[in-house]
Amino acid sequence: MTTTDLPDHSVPHEAADPDRPVHGGHEHSPDEPRFDGRRGRWVGASVPRREDPRLLTGRGRFVDDIALPGMLHAGFVRATVAHAHLTALDLSATRAVPGVVAAFDAADLALGDIVAILDRPAEEFTPTAMPVLARSKVRFVGEPLALVVASDPYAVEDGIEAAQVSYDVLDAVTSAEGALAAGAAVVHEEAPDNVLLDVSMFDTPGVDEAFADADVTVEVTTRSGRQNALPLETRGAVAAWDARDDQLLVQTCTQVPHQVRTVLARSLGIPERTVRVTVPDMGGGFGQKCVVGREEIAVAAAARRLDRPVKWIEDRREALTAGFLAREQTYRTRAAFDADGHITALDVDVVCDMGAYSCYPFTAGIEPLMASAEMPSVYRVPAYRVRGRAITSTKAPTAPYRGVSRPQYVMAIERVMERAARALDLDPVEVRRRNVITEFPYTGINGVTYDPGTYRESLDLAEATIREEGWYEARERGRQDGGRHLGIGFCCFSERTGYGSEAFAKRKMTVVPGFDISEIRMDTTGSVVVTSGTMNHGQSHETTFAQIVADRLGLDPEHVKLRQGDTERISYGWGTFASRSVTIGGSAVALASERLGELLCRIAAHLLETRPENVALDGDGGVVQLDDPSRRLPFADIADVAHLRAHLLPKDVDPTLTATASFDVPGDGTFSNATHAVVVEADPGTGQVRILRYVCVEDCGVVVHPQVVEGQCRGGIAQGIAGALFEEVTYDAQGEPSAASFIDYLVPTATEIPDVSIAHLETPCAFTANGAKGAGEGGTIGAPAAVLNAVNDALRHTGVELDTTPIHPGTVLDALEGTS
Amino acid sequence: MSHPVNDPHLLTLSVNDAEHEVVVEPRRTLADVLRHDLRLTGTHVGCEHGVCGACTVLIDGAPARACLVFAVQAEGADVRTVESLARDGELSDLQQAFGDHHALQCGFCTPGFLMLAEGVLAEQPDASREDIREALSANLCRCTGYQTIVDAVHATACSRRGTNA
Repeated sequence: MTTTDLPDHSVPHEAADPDRPVHGGHEHSPDEPRFDGRRGRWVGASVPRREDPRLLTGRGRFVDDIALPGMLHAGFVRATVAHAHLTALDLSATRAVPGVVAAFDAADLALGDIVAILDRPAEEFTPTAMPVLARSKVRFVGEPLALVVASDPYAVEDGIEAAQVSYDVLDAVTSAEGALAAGAAVVHEEAPDNVLLDVSMFDTPGVDEAFADADVTVEVTTRSGRQNALPLETRGAVAAWDARDDQLLVQTCTQVPHQVRTVLARSLGIPERTVRVTVPDMGGGFGQKCVVGREEIAVAAAARRLDRPVKWIEDRREALTAGFLAREQTYRTRAAFDADGHITALDVDVVCDMGAYSCYPFTAGIEPLMASAEMPSVYRVPAYRVRGRAITSTKAPTAPYRGVSRPQYVMAIERVMERAARALDLDPVEVRRRNVITEFPYTGINGVTYDPGTYRESLDLAEATIREEGWYEARERGRQDGGRHLGIGFCCFSERTGYGSEAFAKRKMTVVPGFDISEIRMDTTGSVVVTSGTMNHGQSHETTFAQIVADRLGLDPEHVKLRQGDTERISYGWGTFASRSVTIGGSAVALASERLGELLCRIAAHLLETRPENVALDGDGGVVQLDDPSRRLPFADIADVAHLRAHLLPKDVDPTLTATASFDVPGDGTFSNATHAVVVEADPGTGQVRILRYVCVEDCGVVVHPQVVEGQCRGGIAQGIAGALFEEVTYDAQGEPSAASFIDYLVPTATEIPDVSIAHLETPCAFTANGAKGAGEGGTIGAPAAVLNAVNDALRHTGVELDTTPIHPGTVLDALEGTS
Repeated sequence: MSHPVNDPHLLTLSVNDAEHEVVVEPRRTLADVLRHDLRLTGTHVGCEHGVCGACTVLIDGAPARACLVFAVQAEGADVRTVESLARDGELSDLQQAFGDHHALQCGFCTPGFLMLAEGVLAEQPDASREDIREALSANLCRCTGYQTIVDAVHATACSRRGTNA
């Protein structure tokens, strides 16, 4: 265990001993890779980031930094009403604007729709299509109707302004309740009830009996506002047709380059080999860029049509109104408890407002299916019933956003724990303690097997930290004096990371992400290039993957270069989302490195004229003869032979030094976990909530780079706090979004986000190659519930209980004034 | 159609100690001229309405939003961008501190924060950690949660004035 700035006073945990690898809940075949407890020299060290020098000096290359000879610029004519039949779209004035080169509508480009499907019966799932450009109907303000291409971006804006659009306006559908109401306007004809997914995933025996026998029944309706993942770099793409290569080159900021290639080829009706997708530096994504955007396809089609490079850079207004959103969910949760505070049943109805379209490849089912599958969270729930629905509305569509439903279902069940504590007159941490899973592997009522973690230990350490720092006394003093309204809140959760194919297949996606591939090549100087199908967009893969390779090969990370984001370099990959990069991509990289190491040893043994068993990697860039360490071959010497003097190779070894590996997480995947503890103060004058203390105790298995993991935690927590206290995309009755700029969409700054203390517990994952679990999303998951619980604790004396985020100052003020 | 107000202007801009002649429409922003005419793409554009601060540069030593300044307004001024910070391939103390403290993840907001911080440190060399936090609230970062950015700038402030962070 390592802690950063928390008192090092507890958390003895057996699994933290690297010599005692823990065992997961999965059956392993003997040759299946698994973490063997080995530690290397580089993994675990906060080495300087490889990405930093270029990013610090302004020499990164983001999409908008790309300029190609003869490049044109593009922008979109977008719908100004939420729901309408398109009666006329006249681009003649647009085409006459100086500088405008072309303007295309849906009929001009004749592109195939983007369609994402679940293999579920019609009563559970309704497939709908997302056209690249709207044809006859518009379904949200901001929907792209036409593409304007001009000599410079200013002329593009002039051209967009000149477009004439007529609508036959229909009623907007601006809430899930409204969508489900009798007589509601129909968003998609295929779904006359506005329901795209309705799945009752679990109805286990004993739910009704448990409620009948319950000593305490808790009912709570929790809601979370619609949020924008908000990468600071907006979306964008540069596309160019290369006649010589017979190929469309699309440089785009996406988390999923191969999926963009697949959809692009199908939409344009061209062979996939004629599309190459590359990704330069990316200014964040957080899930918003892990789905295929219609704009990047339209831009590629225009480049091919015009035979000129075309660039599109989304502006902030578009990003806020027409970018993929997330998180607008309502949970009606009932929970039964016995007199001792044990939960005996959980009954949940989840409704997610997925907006106008289903995203590729995840579909509109992403949020309700995630919630339904994972809802019991870290608790032993003996009986479980859940219904999950995806509603379509006339709002911008949704995509997975960091945490995907987990911030919301965790908030629901953590509110249940708090309310049960009040009903039973128990401490809320104690109620959690009585219910939290402590023995692993644990197979839950949801059929999911949880690999070992530190659920209880993280809870204990978080609570002890807050207690030892005197926050409970401070809260009591405030209450007695009547002057200060302090509240303490906790959130204990786990998070499935690195979903493999098996786990995604259970969702019944027809496009099933999961595996990842890596190829490693050593050049004639002994330096290596390694590829991965994952896609860095701030997570430091160039650094962490180099650390993994360095340890496996015994090579300084300086000699390792990671290449990602090029569909030509790897046969297929699934990109970066769902905290899968280090778990799955990192495992593939580790296995490919080991294979290269074996190859190096084999050649070295031949050159040293000894048996293969008599050599090993020496940990310092070479292969050593075990019975005579004075005999050693540096990698460069072996590489020289493998490439330039191949006649010296063993007869059964092919020239050059390459190795490939794939990796897929078996079974249910691996669970990271954490407890967040928050102290807030509610201001009776303004209703503002200020965070006084934030503690995060997390366990993501083996930490490859502590500083990077802490950065992921802190950044995730900031986004979780943003959802808890500030950010929300709202719509008026006509479906007009209220926040079209940062003036109205309240992104927290350095003065709203507190410092966060982080402690690491470490339960190595038994079935990833490095023992690592995912670390990208956890911070975002824990923060909303912890903050909401803390605010409720601060308002405890008022009798008010809040169950909706973001928490508006007015709501807090009303609660405090009501008691004064 | 052509409006006189839209006629291109010939400007001389002083950027990072070099003089550049550019021909621009009056409506062209300084951010666009820096990025697309001078190819100084380190200055990033995150919102185009002056809130996120990714485009922050120094104009006559003071932090300014390059997306809210027309290039024609910057004539005669001393403009400094992130490309001016490293000298002879060596990172500046502030850039080094950002790396040491992991004050950047995706790096998109970083040039804006660096230039904002240089302006703040020049104006308030005695700034406390809380002063720095307050000043840095002018810009948005979506990755870090700000703590490590505050740490990096504070560490630089302390080392420049010869005290410990």
